[in-house]
Amino acid sequence: MSMDRRRFLKIAGVSTVLGLGGASVMNGLSRRGLEASQATVTPDPKGLTAKRWGFAIDVNKLGSPADYQKCIDACHNIHNVPSIENPKHEVKWIWNETYEHSFPGTEHEYMNHEFKEKNFLLLCNHCAQPACVRVCPTQATFKRKDGVVMQDMHRCIGCRFCMAACPFGARSFNYRDPRGKDANGKPFIKVENKTFPTRMIGVVEKCTMCYERLAIGQQPACAEASNGAIVFGDLEDPNSEVRKIINSKYTIRRKPELGTQPSIYYVIGGSEHA
Amino acid sequence: MYNGGKIIAGMLVFLAFFTFPFYYNLGKANARPEPKLNTPVIQQLAEKKCVESRDFMRAEHMQLLNDWRDSVVRDNNRIYKNREGKEFSISLQNTCMNCHSNKKEFCDKCHNYMAVKPYCFSCHIEPKENKS
Ligand code: SF4
Ligand code: SF4
Repeated sequence: MSMDRRRFLKIAGVSTVLGLGGASVMNGLSRRGLEASQATVTPDPKGLTAKRWGFAIDVNKLGSPADYQKCIDACHNIHNVPSIENPKHEVKWIWNETYEHSFPGTEHEYMNHEFKEKNFLLLCNHCAQPACVRVCPTQATFKRKDGVVMQDMHRCIGCRFCMAACPFGARSFNYRDPRGKDANGKPFIKVENKTFPTRMIGVVEKCTMCYERLAIGQQPACAEASNGAIVFGDLEDPNSEVRKIINSKYTIRRKPELGTQPSIYYVIGGSEHA
Repeated sequence: MYNGGKIIAGMLVFLAFFTFPFYYNLGKANARPEPKLNTPVIQQLAEKKCVESRDFMRAEHMQLLNDWRDSVVRDNNRIYKNREGKEFSISLQNTCMNCHSNKKEFCDKCHNYMAVKPYCFSCHIEPKENKS
């Protein structure tokens, strides 16, 4: 039997419709079958929650370099942050800086000498309006509902836009393989924390507010090691310890004029409890 | 046909090269990979079961791991309740590799066979090889 064009198209059309219909019925069936026995994921019930996490850092309670170092070591050790001597390749999540570099534009010639010379503990501000998040082309860095500015290492392509955008120098690029060794053969990561990953060459890293500790009900490592100098809590909760401190004392934030709304408050002065 | 002889000779040479890998490997079937499960932790399990059934894990572990990483990193959901209602803490480094502490004898066995190179362990720290 010969078939003309018209007849062929008709048959083809009808069988396509039938075929598609059949496929969607099958799909519907199998999906419903799956859902009945679907696995689920939930947060750890032990986890700490907040509307907006933040820190109050009492600069007077962090007197000596040893006090800073305790916090820095606590963070860098548990997060496998490599210590690389070369300042161009250095990786840091939390570090210290002079007043001039921490709060530029506010220093003046008659300033209290002690303050001018003092070092301040700096880390990612977990800004409410983070510049880094706006520029990241892959959403590798993103803001969580609880205020944590996260870094998804799986998605970072190493473009470093975020480093250019962050006005606080909070981000470091892995120019070197963090699992590598220095010129003397010493590994950049002295002792690995086997329960936390490292990063790889070519990605950007920074403080992630110890999201892995918050998730199981622990305080950030720096706060824990600070002997009460760093208080961590919910900025939106008027009864939280951190809010009580900010309400009662004089605090400053880094470069507030840039509008990123840092979530770290440096306690400069004021009475214990006003 | 112009130059017929040359064309046919050329095609024969091409075919010979093109099919070379096939007859070169003929009869030399590679042994099927046998990932090992004999780690101390697995041996102590009362019920030797992964987070999902063996068949599911064989076919879907890559998808499961992808879902797991997004779940933890992006949504902070770190407890996995499997299809039987059993709960696990979602972590490649601390949960999966706690049992499968023999990466070379487990992960690498099939991955090498299939010539796939997942980059999990560029960042996640692999366990000290542990077999019993
Ligand atoms: S301090 Fe920098 S890296 Fe941290 S949230 Fe603000 S802009 Fe982003
Ligand atoms: S370096 Fe990574 S985190 Fe930063 S903007 Fe590029 S992709 Fe995003």
